[in-house]
Amino acid sequence: MNIHEYQSKEILRSYGVHVPDGKPAFTVEEAVANAKALATPVIVVKAQIHAGGRGKAGGVKIAKSADEVRGYAKELLGKTLVTHQTGPEGKKVGRLLIEAGASIQKEYYLSFVVDRQTARIVMMGSEEGGVEIEKVAAKTPEKIYKEYIDPVIGLAPFQAQRMAYAIHIPAPAIRKATALMQGLYKVMIGKDCSQVEINPLVVTAEDDVIALDAKLNFDDSALFRHPDIVALRDETEEDPKEREAAEAGLNYVNLGGDVACMVNGAGLAMATVDIIKHYGGEPANFLDVGGDSEPEKIAKAFRIMLEGGQAKGIFVNIFGGINRCDNIANGIIEAAKIISPDGKSLPVPVVVRLEGTKVKEGRAILKNTPIANVFPAATMEGGAEEIVKRVAAAKA
Amino acid sequence: MSVLVDKDTKVIVQGITGKAASFHTKQMLDYGTKIVGGVTPGKAGQSVEGVPVFNTVRDAVRATGATASVVYVPARFAADSIMEAADADLDLVVCITEHIPVLDMVKVRRYLEGRRTRLVGPNCPGILTADQAKLGITPGSVSKPGHVGVISRSGTLTYEAAFQLTNAGIGQTTTVGIGGDPVKGMDFIDALKLFKDDPDTLAVLMIGEIGGTAEEDAAKWIQENLKEKPVSAFIAGRQAPPGKRMGHAGAIISGGKGTAADKVAALTAAGIPVADTVAHIGATMVKLLKGKGLFEKCHTC
Repeated sequence: MNIHEYQSKEILRSYGVHVPDGKPAFTVEEAVANAKALATPVIVVKAQIHAGGRGKAGGVKIAKSADEVRGYAKELLGKTLVTHQTGPEGKKVGRLLIEAGASIQKEYYLSFVVDRQTARIVMMGSEEGGVEIEKVAAKTPEKIYKEYIDPVIGLAPFQAQRMAYAIHIPAPAIRKATALMQGLYKVMIGKDCSQVEINPLVVTAEDDVIALDAKLNFDDSALFRHPDIVALRDETEEDPKEREAAEAGLNYVNLGGDVACMVNGAGLAMATVDIIKHYGGEPANFLDVGGDSEPEKIAKAFRIMLEGGQAKGIFVNIFGGINRCDNIANGIIEAAKIISPDGKSLPVPVVVRLEGTKVKEGRAILKNTPIANVFPAATMEGGAEEIVKRVAAAKA
Repeated sequence: MSVLVDKDTKVIVQGITGKAASFHTKQMLDYGTKIVGGVTPGKAGQSVEGVPVFNTVRDAVRATGATASVVYVPARFAADSIMEAADADLDLVVCITEHIPVLDMVKVRRYLEGRRTRLVGPNCPGILTADQAKLGITPGSVSKPGHVGVISRSGTLTYEAAFQLTNAGIGQTTTVGIGGDPVKGMDFIDALKLFKDDPDTLAVLMIGEIGGTAEEDAAKWIQENLKEKPVSAFIAGRQAPPGKRMGHAGAIISGGKGTAADKVAALTAAGIPVADTVAHIGATMVKLLKGKGLFEKCHTC
């Protein structure tokens, strides 16, 4: 789960991590009032969207007066920002962060992530701050330093010091920097983060150490113990179909195309998206319905795929292992009856590939159904090819 | 021969009184697995499918001599159950549970350091040694005995692959579902090492997916250490957009790392053939075996 920068900074502040003074604004008037309350010579107006690269896309403005803040707030609120992380459709700005400007001496990079190989939280730092860390990693990997943290000990003071010296934090700021690192580690553990990224971390002209930007990501599997984080969810940032699917317990990712698929199992679902593309189709979605054959759940999945006229055809790809194909076939037929306006037909072609336990019985059920537009496929390849052809024909 | 489990492995089921666990206990018993006990705190004295239930893993191990465990415990308690199994000095723990918090698994991995216990999973279908034993939820009907080892990050793709191999007449030694979580127990290289040392395994099939760099690491390891046994592979997620979690907690391209293209390139560079689509996993292995003169030996069913 992702949250906004201003929400991340509020969490950091509650852990004693130094962040710039600032408040969110949802309207122009609120932005101006926040700016006046700050009463600093420089005010930063930052668009709040769940994507990086806002600066380059014109989503961060430097203002010298409340009037300038008004102008920038008018410009940004409601604007669609397109960054390298939003995709070409961009994201609409609904919130701003109005923040005190800082006099920057130098920018650094600092983050905490979970390293898969070592099964440790790793703290990464670099004196190349304010730029994309992927670029630093590609060009000058020697400028990225890592400290692997023992979960029993936590971030050891020597590790924080070693990092501060490695990335050349100036001497008067070392202690503030290590304290900030300890605070960030506590946030990582305390809130079950999957990532804490500060880019840039800055040392100011006054030798203060401040998290100038903050990006927190949370482990979805641990949200059950963090209701305070769940409450920060901004639904306007999520794809409406993905949100609806999540509420129904479905694993769904919208991929934008028109050849939909419904699959059991995440691995097979990914592989099905790939095979649709392989045969020239544009995958509409990733969808793992899990192992059950409950008609209501399958009907919900069909509805989500068809919503807004997105799916022009659906490929159902099921491997019945423990579940029997005859039960799954019945589930599909019942679901089709639920969503069909007259109980007899589906709005788009549905090609069904069934394999595994009781496959003959399952295929017979599909073959003998009175519901129009359901086509059993003998093989996965055949099914993928057929749905791509049928969708192409429907568009022609 | 096989790796990790065979018909003599004595197994306990943690969380045995749960709905899914009791269902799968029956499935495992029917397959021939030696399930000797179960654990659910507070339910000692009961029995599930004729299997005695104990309050603790230690009690179950003392009474039955079990050396392996399968964990079906709900996500918020599962990490603790894995550690309980390790504390009882079991050789093997297979954790099926999905959605265990990542930082819980970081603690588990730390706890396992210096202990004898090998962990498979979590978020995995388990292990199946054809016609001998299965620990987990893999359907027994699709696998037939033979000489190809299977390692996979995905459940349904494991079944799909075993099904395609069996249909092509290629039996399997053991299929190991290592699971779809970012922090887990056994990884590709650990499983490859076991198959390297198993005289019955003549070739290995690897099924990977986006996220992390385990496939790239495995490709390098195979090139350096597994010249005698051919490996083929499949990678799921070629069309996955960056930053989106594709069902599995570990299936996410982040910071430009973990793309299918990188994995396919690394495997190909190591001389490992990669199936172009999921429908060709079996055919890719058959072609490899024929090329290496191993097809006849591996044609066991």
